[in-house]
This record gives sequence, C-alpha cells and structure tokens, in this order.
Amino acid sequence: MIKVFQAKAKIIYNKRVTDNYFQAAVMSAEISRVALPGQFVNIRVVDTNDVLLRRPFSIHRVEGEKIIFLYEVKGKGTEILSQRKEGEYLDIIGPLGNGFDLNWQTGKLANRQTILVAGGMGVAPLVFLAERLVRVEGVRCKVEEKIKPLVLIGAKTKTQVLCENEFKKSGCEVKVATDDGSRGFKGWVTDLLDRHVCEGGHIGPPLQRIIYACGPAPMLKALAQIAGRNNIDAVGSLEAHMACGIGSCMGCVVKVARAQPQAGDDFEYKRVCKEGPVFDLKQIIW
Amino acid sequence: MQPKLAINIGRLKLKNPVMVASGTFGYAEEFKDFIDLKQLGAIVTKTITLAPRKGNPPPRTCEAPAGMLNSIGLENPGLDVFLEEKMGYLNNLGVPIIVSIASECGAEEFLILAKRLDRVKDVAAIELNISCPNIKGLRVKGKVIRENAERLISQDAKATYQLVKAVRRVTGKTLITKLSPNVTDISEIALAAEAAGSDCVALINTLIGMSVDTKTRRPKIAAVTAGLSGPAIRPVAVRMCWEVYQKIKIPIIGMGGIMDTSSALEFFIAGSSAISVGTANFINPRATIEIIGGIKEYLRKENIPDIKKLTGSIKL
Repeated sequence: MIKVFQAKAKIIYNKRVTDNYFQAAVMSAEISRVALPGQFVNIRVVDTNDVLLRRPFSIHRVEGEKIIFLYEVKGKGTEILSQRKEGEYLDIIGPLGNGFDLNWQTGKLANRQTILVAGGMGVAPLVFLAERLVRVEGVRCKVEEKIKPLVLIGAKTKTQVLCENEFKKSGCEVKVATDDGSRGFKGWVTDLLDRHVCEGGHIGPPLQRIIYACGPAPMLKALAQIAGRNNIDAVGSLEAHMACGIGSCMGCVVKVARAQPQAGDDFEYKRVCKEGPVFDLKQIIW
Repeated sequence: MQPKLAINIGRLKLKNPVMVASGTFGYAEEFKDFIDLKQLGAIVTKTITLAPRKGNPPPRTCEAPAGMLNSIGLENPGLDVFLEEKMGYLNNLGVPIIVSIASECGAEEFLILAKRLDRVKDVAAIELNISCPNIKGLRVKGKVIRENAERLISQDAKATYQLVKAVRRVTGKTLITKLSPNVTDISEIALAAEAAGSDCVALINTLIGMSVDTKTRRPKIAAVTAGLSGPAIRPVAVRMCWEVYQKIKIPIIGMGGIMDTSSALEFFIAGSSAISVGTANFINPRATIEIIGGIKEYLRKENIPDIKKLTGSIKL
C-alpha cells in the first residue's frame, strides 16, 4: 500500500487557461514522487466552514516536485480555489485512489492500439496517463513498431478543446469532436469513437484495441456500450461527490456488477475514492 | 503542571476524553497514515449489523451550509466479517474499541449482536445506535410498534427503555446509548436510557435534513432525507448536552460539529465528560490529535488540574 500524505502545498501558479478552465501547480515532494496517472488529490480549497468538505481533483501532470491540476470553475468550491494566489498554501491529501494500470494488457504492442477518450474536463488525468504510457511503451518496443496512441477529445465548442498540444507533444495522434461542430467532428466524442472503431482505417491483421477514458457519466456509459459491442476492453475514471476521499465515509459509491453473482445479489457498491476512481467500464451498472 | 485527561465511562477507562464518532472513522485503518491512532482516547467503529448491509443507493452525501448531509444507510460487512477482518487490526492498537451496533429488524438482532460482542475480550464497550436516521423501521421485542414506522427507537422513551434494558441483561460490557436530536425533548430519552441501565449517553446523532437541486428538482441525496452533521449543528448539540446534563447522572459523550479545540471545549463546559470528533475527520484527519493537544494546553493555561473539573462548569 502506498502511503497517503497530508501536506501544506505552496501554490506556484493558479491561472485561467480558457473560458472557465484553470490550471494550478502546487509543490509537494512526497506526493509528486509517488503519484500515478488516474490518482487524485483531495484539496481543502479554503480554511473556513463556508466550503466545508475537501474537493477531489485528478492529477493532471507531475513536473519534478510540482503537481499540476486542471479544473473547471463550476461551483463555490472551484470558484474559491480559482481565487487562491501564488505563494499561498493549500492543505492537500494524496495521492488517492487506484489510478490507471499502466501494465494493463501488456500483450503484443505492435498489434495494439491504445485509445484515450476524454470528454470535457476528462482530459485532466489523461494527459498524465499519455505521458507515462508513451514512456512505458517506448521502453518496451521500438517506436516504429507500434501504433501511436490515439486521443479523442470531446468538448462543447472549439474554445473548450483542452490539451490538444500536450497530447501531441507526448507522441499521440489527436482527433477532436465538438458538440456544435466548431472544431473537428460534429457530435459527441463517443460517436467519433464509434466511427473510428467501425471504420478501422487500418490495413493488416486486426488490431487489439484498449480504451482509457475520463469524462461525464453519460459519455462513459455510451463508451461502455461501444466497447461492449466491439469487444474492446475499456477502463474509465469516474467522478463522484466525496466527503472523505480516503475510504472511510462510504459516501462516493458506484454500483458494480459482481464478478460472481449470487442468487438475488448481482451487484455491489464500490467506493470511487478507494476501489476507483478507475473502473472496468463494462462492470459499472449505470 | 500536567493536567489530568483520564476519565471513566462505566467500567471503561480512557486515557483522554477524545474519541471518534461512529461512521466517520471507518475501522480506523483508513487514518493510519495521518495520525498515531494510539493517542486516541477511544475508537468507535462504523456501525455493525448482524448481516452485511449494502447501504443506500448513491448519491449518498452532499455539502450543506457549514455542514454535510449523508445517507449511507449503514453499509457494513456484517458482524462475522467485522470480527474476522477488522477487529484484529483494531485490537493491536491498544486503544479501547467501542463497537457500534444497530438493527433494522428489532431487538433480537441487538441482543444477538450484544451477546456475541460480550464474548469478545477486546471489545471495550458497546454503543447502541438507535438513532440512525437513514434506516427505516422501529420494532421492539419483535412486535411491530408501528407499521412502516418512520420513527426511530431513540424517538420513543418507552422503546428506548425496553431496548436498553433488554441489552443490559445480556452484557456486562459498558453500554453507551446514542441519542437522536430529532425529538421534542431529548432529556426524556436520556432519562429512559439511564433508568434502563445505560452507562452513558452519546449525543447527538445527525439532524434529519434535506437538500434540493433546483435545476433538476431532484433531492441531492438519493434517499431524499439524510443526516445533517458538521459545524451547522453544533449549537443544537451543545444545547442538548446542557439540557441532558441537568437531568441525568451518567456521563455524556458530546458530539456534533466539533472541528477544533475550542468547539470541543464548548461541549465539556456544557456538561460532556468526553467528546467525539465526527465530520471533522473527513476534512482534517488530524483533528482528533490536534484537539487532544489543544485541550491539554487550555487546561494548563486556565489552571484546571483535571478535565473532569471542566465538565458542566458553565457560568450562568
């Protein structure tokens, strides 16, 4: 078991990226050293009763001892967080949760395609994942032997397409879908995925595809259906309201199909903060 | 001067009066990275039922003004799994372990649980959770008092008396009765628990609340109503401790929105012999340890040699 830390982390910067999206970096030697893609940090955005509970944020990137978050201002908690200034300290707990399994499906790389699907804010943990994946896979095989990871980014409109360059920089191919068609494919990112999976566009032996995803629940649900239909393995990082973030309150559960269903008992509740946030999407009961 | 922090509750001796509230500390292991668990006065486990419980559907928690709502529905692995998988870790801590128990079905389950726990040497005390607002049903001695009752045992003085009395007969362990604030007169229920042989009363459990998402017009908690905790309920809790303190002789474990030393001290002054930290564990997992240090410092500064002298010391 990896140790979890509670730290007073100094804010290095906290700035608007675009629209209501912000990026912040804090220093934490302990957490940055052990954090894995898909894990999160629980932040006390302010030390008053006004915003009482911590707010969970997935780790967007780790840079040396810096932990970087990408977040959308959409409530009181994130509003206050966006006003916190460089040089101030944030009380953070992390790293929390299971994270993505980088060694998942380590079969023959040459014939495999990794697909990352991000909806809206879902890009946040996937950038960290892409960086590590490329590094891990790069060690295992020569670059020319493998097919580049494909990243599908979904957003409402073109100004909200996040992290396209970060994904490209880490060596991924990127395709974009917007709800209004202002950039790339017009429609949901899951429709883009469906099209990609059906068309294939690949010559040679059939590809073994695996999907890593993060985004709103309806997107993950649609994605699970596509993955199911096409017999593709898919894991995704789920979001939930949390109270403690450390597995003690049992507040953030999701319904998961039992591996061995018993009579009249085919599901169990699992904690997003502890057994998750990354789950096998096909096991989730939506 | 080194102020004395030790207190007794029934036969239970605590090295200090700071404990954790049931349901906010899991089975303690979740907190081992943050604090030295050995320093705690006592640990109260998440409530155990005889059979495993899945709990309520999500969403189960949401934030409220200066507080939070929860309707977990007593998710727990059941007594057998608790004893096999959780008790071992707790035993090794060297801290008194208080096992919280509950039932949706009736007094029989409380009695079976109490009898079984009575035989477990390392269980220091039993807390009767007769005040969880997130499960339904009130039955005493197998007789349904009210069909589909929404009332809790702790909302009925007679039912409280009967339940505590029945459990008292089957165990010699220290008994703590946890009371609900969702009543007209909490001291009436506390008196019933005392008369039935409870060694102590713990108050308060959560206040029943509700929040609505105005955009979807749905309740923010799937179970619709839920228990409110956190600083928002502290004045209610302090008031109830004070009311109960004037009526009963057995000690009170006070709780409800304790976030720090100063809020903990309020409860002692209003009549509590010990306190439990609840929701604060979620926000600051070090809260308990900081409060133990803070109480010591306060007593030293105020020249109070013993925490017992603080209990009920309110100046009117």
